Parts: sequence; C-alpha cells; structure tokens
Amino acid sequence: MDWAAIVLSVKLAGIVSAILLVIALPIAYWLTFSRWRGKFMVEAVVALPLVLPPTVLGLYVLLAIGSRSPIGRLWSAWTGHGLAFTFEALVIASILYSLPFAVQPISAAFAQLDRSLLDASATLGAGSWRTFRRVVLPLSVEGVIAGAVLSFAHTLGEFGVVLMVGGNLPGVTRTISISIYDQVQALQYDEANRTAFALMSFSFFVLACVYALRRKPWSVAPLP
Amino acid sequence: MSLSLSVRARLSESFTLDVTMTAPPGITIVFGASGSGKSTLLRSVAGLLTPDAGSISVGPRVLFDSSRRQSLPVRKRRVGYVFQQLALFPHMSIADNLAYGLHDRPSDARGVHIRRVAGSFRIEHVLARTPATVSGGERQRTALARSLVTDPDVLLLDEPLSALDHATQSHIIEDLRVWNAAHAIPILYVTHSHREVFALGERVVVLDHGRIIATGVPHEVLNVPEQEGLAQIAGFENVFDAIVSERRPAAGTMHCTLTGSGTELEVPLSKGEAGAPVRVAVRAGDILLATEPPRGLSARNIVPGRIVALAREGPTIIARVDAGAPFVVHVTPSAVDSLGLAAGRPVWLIIKTYSCRIVSV
Repeated sequence: MDWAAIVLSVKLAGIVSAILLVIALPIAYWLTFSRWRGKFMVEAVVALPLVLPPTVLGLYVLLAIGSRSPIGRLWSAWTGHGLAFTFEALVIASILYSLPFAVQPISAAFAQLDRSLLDASATLGAGSWRTFRRVVLPLSVEGVIAGAVLSFAHTLGEFGVVLMVGGNLPGVTRTISISIYDQVQALQYDEANRTAFALMSFSFFVLACVYALRRKPWSVAPLP
Repeated sequence: MSLSLSVRARLSESFTLDVTMTAPPGITIVFGASGSGKSTLLRSVAGLLTPDAGSISVGPRVLFDSSRRQSLPVRKRRVGYVFQQLALFPHMSIADNLAYGLHDRPSDARGVHIRRVAGSFRIEHVLARTPATVSGGERQRTALARSLVTDPDVLLLDEPLSALDHATQSHIIEDLRVWNAAHAIPILYVTHSHREVFALGERVVVLDHGRIIATGVPHEVLNVPEQEGLAQIAGFENVFDAIVSERRPAAGTMHCTLTGSGTELEVPLSKGEAGAPVRVAVRAGDILLATEPPRGLSARNIVPGRIVALAREGPTIIARVDAGAPFVVHVTPSAVDSLGLAAGRPVWLIIKTYSCRIVSV
C-alpha cells in the first residue's frame, strides 16, 4: 500500500478544507446577505468548478502559476523555486476546485436563518461581526460542517486537477487517486485494491462521524 | 422624553407609509388591520427600514433626518424591539438571551441587570433553560425583558401578546406598566385586536393604508366612528345606508329607515336632519336573537327576520339574518343548540338604541 500517497492526500485535504473554511465563510455570508444586483455573476463564478472539466481548471491554474506568470515570478523571487508541480500548487488548485463544495452548503445554511434573529441582534446593539459570531455561525454549524466535510472529501478524491497542476512526484504531488491509477497501469491490481479499500474505509469513517455529530443539541424538546 | 416622527416610505406601487405623530412616555397603541403599515412604522423607528423622507427623534436625540442625510445604525438607536415571532436566540439559555444586549457592560453589572429585569418579568426560575423548553408566556416575558434590559429610550412591541390567552396577556401588560412607571419611556404597541386596545385603554393611533385616520383614547376613537372605514376596522360587521326619518331631541334619539328595506331603527340622536342620508353601524356581537316575538324588553329595536345561513368561525357561530336588510349576528354554539337555530327559521333581532352608531356620510 502506498502510505506516502495516503498521508499526502489526507494532508492536502486537511489543509485545503481548513483554508476553504476561512475563505468560504465570508464569501457565503456576502452571497447570502448582499443586495448588490450583480451578485449573480459572483455566484456563477463560484459555481464554475462544478461544471468545468478538471483539465480546463487545471490548465488555467497551471498557466496562472507558471514561471512566466506574475504569480509564478513573485513566488520564485520569494522562495527561490517555481510554483508549478509543487505541493503548494496542489493546494491552490484544490482550493479553487473545491470552492463551491464549501460555499454552497454554508450559504444554504445562512439563507435558512430567521432574519428576525439578525434584526433582534442589531436592535440589541450588536454590530455585524458580533451578530455573525454569536448568532449566524452557531445556528449554521451544520452547514459549516457539511461544507468542510464535502471539501475535504472532494479534495481527497480529486484526480484531473492534481495531475495537471502537480504531476506525479512521489511524496510531493502523487496523491492517493494518482497512486491507484499508477498501480492499475502497472497491472498491480492487488495493491490498487488495498489502497482503494483504505481510501473508501477512511471516507466512510469520516462521513459516519459527521452524521453522528449532526444531531441538534437544541432541537425542540417536549415540555416536562 | 417623547418619540417624534414624521416619515414617508414608499414600499410598493400601491402602498406608501405617510405618518406624522408624537408618542409621549407611556403606551401608545398603534391599531389597524394587517397591511395598514403598523410593522413598517416600527421598522422605520428601529432603523430596520430606511424611509424615503422625514425625521425621527427621541427627545433631543435624532435617529433619522433625511434632510441632513442622517441615519443612526440600528445598533446605536437605543430602541427595544419585541418582534411578532419574538426572535429569541434558540441556541442560548434565557439568561444568555437577556445578557446579549449587555456585552459592553462589566460582567458583575451584567448579572445585577439580568436579575433585576428577570425579577420584574417573573422569569428568574427559567434563566438556565432554553427558549424551546419554556411556556409561551415565559417566552413572551423573555422577549420583553431582553428588549428592556439595555434600558432603551423607546420600546416597540409588534403584536407581542397575540399568541397568548387573555389572562396571561393582562398579567404581562400589568408587569410592563409597573416597569414603565419607573422608566417612563414611549412605548409603541402595535395590535390589530380591538379587545387589546380596550384592555390597554391608552392613547390609540389608528392606521389605515399607511395613514393615520384617527388619534385619541379608545372610547373616542373606536366607539364613535366618524368614518365608515374606521367603523369597519373597529369591528362593526353591520353597516347600512339609511335616511333619518324622524328626530326626537327630547328623548335623545332619532329614527332611521334603512335604504332598500323599510326597516326602521331607533338610534342615538346625532347630526343629520330628517331626510339626511346617514350610515348606521351595529356590531354583530351586540345583537340578540329571539325565536319568539319578545315582550317586556327595554331594547327599542325588535326586528323580525329569517335565518339565511349559520357558519362556525372559531368559538363563534356567525348567523346571517334577512331582516329586510342583511344582518350579521354572532351567537354561541350552545345558544344555537338550545334555541334550535337553523337556516330558514324565523327570528327576531333585538338591538339596543345605544348599540347603534351613526356614521355621517
């Protein structure tokens, strides 16, 4: 079993879903509560990775971070090496690729909030940050967890974008799905089967934990 | 300190709120049918809605002034707001709900405040519980206490007690009165319930289609309607066109003939010479039904008719009676049973002179 690939994939998925949580919360908040008329354009951009083939997204990310691009040049001036075909490139590409999986469940949870709770918070002297922290976020926990889990799972299983942007460098960019693909190409079906089964078991375990935790602690209880 | 406001807010093609009023310390009832603009008025004061033009101030503090392009954000207005659906935070305990507005106070002062207001509104015993596990009355008291714990300059109540039984309602109102005796802030109390207006018995402002159509104490404003629009929202189910047939100033009464039926009613003396067109308004709950011609009654109007239909609405049976003119009468289900009332049955309507109100045309 390709342990290095498993560790790499879990590390990638963990970092990506953590960063996505930070990015997706304000995007989802803005998408839900903004009254700007051009909002639909942003919604369409966020949803784009859902419909694009991974190769298209991977190609553009590759061009954007290549050694001739401003981002690529800035990166090599800072770190001394290129950005393409590195673990960092995988992180950037995966964030873009999994963005809708984080944003959509969170903004769906925000949209379900009773707006009068937000009005009540404002009349009680709370600014928008305090309202977000004390009211919006705690009441949207399920959506936030769903967003984190979906982006984690989605990153764990991605293939095309990783191949386009990261290539297939053992321990650096060879993720679990690429490892399985390699093993099948090399006709090592037993090995591929073990790795695939490990991935499936792990994914099931994570999802089972999430669904077990999703029971609401403050659901309406019958009066004693 | 009084709340003074003059606002114009166009919400749609067909609805514009256009209200100028002053609310002194104490309860001012804002009464009107749904869609009359009551909630819009409250939301403008709270800052949850920005009017197109006008000004709102509490004493010397200006909350909104369109001519100076001034509009305080909601959180700085010092306005207490009890929402129709209460809007208690479901994930917090009652105590945390009360503490929510006190985040800028030191924690020992917070505790003192919460205990004091929880005591005033009798919810000390549920402080550790969540809103979903307490009774409707306790939820209501929590919402009220939460909006008052910050010592606001104005209190806005949007149909706060409509979901409660009458006894609980009047207890809560009593606690609110006691609280406000010490604080003396203007309270705008929105309701569409005629009964609540009389129970509160204070200044009432009547809204209709976004405009104030009457202001005064409930008995002036609601019992002596000056316009038919007002009569209808004040609960008069029966309104008839009529002609003054005879004036009897010595008795303090006059007779009116209902147009199209010849039915004559004795009504209180009011403006309108013989032959003048008027409208007569009678509440469905003020009319008695008899199944035989009644005798020896003080009521002056006994009108024969026939039941056209009976319909149940909540605890009341609505009887439609053809007595020359189409009357609506409210009776109880037990009366229907014991009198054997049914469609087609001849009945006599009994209407006291002073149950009839005259609306000038």
